Amino acid sequence: MPSPTDRYYTDTHEWFKPEGENVTVGITQFAVGELSDITYVEFPAPGKALSAQKMFGEIESVKATNELYAPVDGSVAEINEGVKKDPSLVNQDPYGKGWLIKIKTAAKDFSSFLSAQQYDAKYPQS
Amino acid sequence: MPYDSPRQRRNKLSQSTGLLRTCFYDFHVSRGAKMVDFAGWQMPLQYRGIIPEHQHTRTGASIFDVSHMGRLIFSGPDALNFLQHVLTRNLAGTAVGQSHYSLVCNENGGILDDVIVSRYERHFLVVCNASNREKLLAWFAAHKGNYNFTLKDETLQTAMITVQGPKAIRLLDELLPEPASDIKHYHFAAQHYLIAQFSVFRSGYTGEDGVEIICGITAAKLGLNFLFKKGADSSSELLQPAGLGARDTLRLEAGMPLYGNELDEQTDPISAGLGWAVAKDKEFIGSSALSKIREEGPRRRLVGLFVEGPRTARHGTNVTLNGKIVGQVTSGVASPTLGRQIAMAYVDAAHAAAKTPLNVDIRGNSAAAVVTDLPFYRRPQ
Repeated sequence: MPSPTDRYYTDTHEWFKPEGENVTVGITQFAVGELSDITYVEFPAPGKALSAQKMFGEIESVKATNELYAPVDGSVAEINEGVKKDPSLVNQDPYGKGWLIKIKTAAKDFSSFLSAQQYDAKYPQS
Repeated sequence: MPYDSPRQRRNKLSQSTGLLRTCFYDFHVSRGAKMVDFAGWQMPLQYRGIIPEHQHTRTGASIFDVSHMGRLIFSGPDALNFLQHVLTRNLAGTAVGQSHYSLVCNENGGILDDVIVSRYERHFLVVCNASNREKLLAWFAAHKGNYNFTLKDETLQTAMITVQGPKAIRLLDELLPEPASDIKHYHFAAQHYLIAQFSVFRSGYTGEDGVEIICGITAAKLGLNFLFKKGADSSSELLQPAGLGARDTLRLEAGMPLYGNELDEQTDPISAGLGWAVAKDKEFIGSSALSKIREEGPRRRLVGLFVEGPRTARHGTNVTLNGKIVGQVTSGVASPTLGRQIAMAYVDAAHAAAKTPLNVDIRGNSAAAVVTDLPFYRRPQ
């Protein structure tokens, strides 16, 4: 299934979607495929300042623990309580109910990020 | 998150000498398996998901492809004597049709592999880890000396599957030519269907009852189709394929060691709690080093840990007591059956008693832990 075209992608397998003064961030289906069953997400505290390309949290699966990277500078506006309660939402619906955090950001220029087509070309799902 | 993309992995595959595939490769792909590189083989990591496959093994019957494991045949007049020389287990009392777990150690008592050795009428079968097959072949060749025996590596000519779970034996009683329940624990039977010969071993690596079956490749593919067709008829969806991911989480709950995690050339069987598989009354490669460790007591011991909190303590995580490092985690997982974090770790002998409170340092955060007896999970008897 091709990645949704209404958002941007990073080489560290996060997606983000601008929504007003926030961007919503999650991980891609490709990442979910690599991780297998997700058991836990370590979230940052709401309000915490984030830097682009720096770690904002960690995601644990049965197999391994991986870092999550913020795509843009900003601060944590909201974390997904649903995923906090049930991390398997990320496996089930990584682009919808499995979103991870919303970052309040002043960033507007996203031209350096991958489009859905570029991401899928670079990281085809097996 | 950094990983190789499938394209990068495919490129590596074509650049390398090529990964091996078991005869069930097409089956795995047809069932939607996620295939990964494991010890030079393309193996199924999971089909539906590690957790559902794990849970199905604890409630129903799962089938695993373990054809990647080494299958070595020892025959000839000195086969037994040679195996007595290189294995820690004493095989003098091993009857035909019986299997034993054993270690292969070097002169220092360091573990080269853990294996299962089975006695047939005219030969011995040693099943070893895929990752150590080449190493063991070289080791056995180097220590052959004047022993008169032949060693044949039958790994690529044969296939091996294992069916595990509380419903496994009952299912196989219906499907196999002769009942699986007639085979005693850690024994095996040679069975045949028409011209297909196969061996059925009452053993496993999950903590559940079940069997492991070895046969030639042609028979294997027919056999698998048969198992699924008949398995689906007798109780729909009862028999489910499970991958290496679930195999690992199951064995960890069952307190079983994994070579590369709990066992390696720097650890000895006594420290690993495997002294029961080391003969006290036999000379073998490593026996004097191991006697010494037994006499003096191991400096570190392999223990189970219950870890508090939602985070998994992984291989290499430090175990601490009052801020001092007293051990390292060898394997850890969020136990699907127990609903809590479990881990195995080597801990300084002074702090290895059950109920000892310790800490694990998970990525900078300290989590409380307590030493517990292994296994974490024991199947209902």
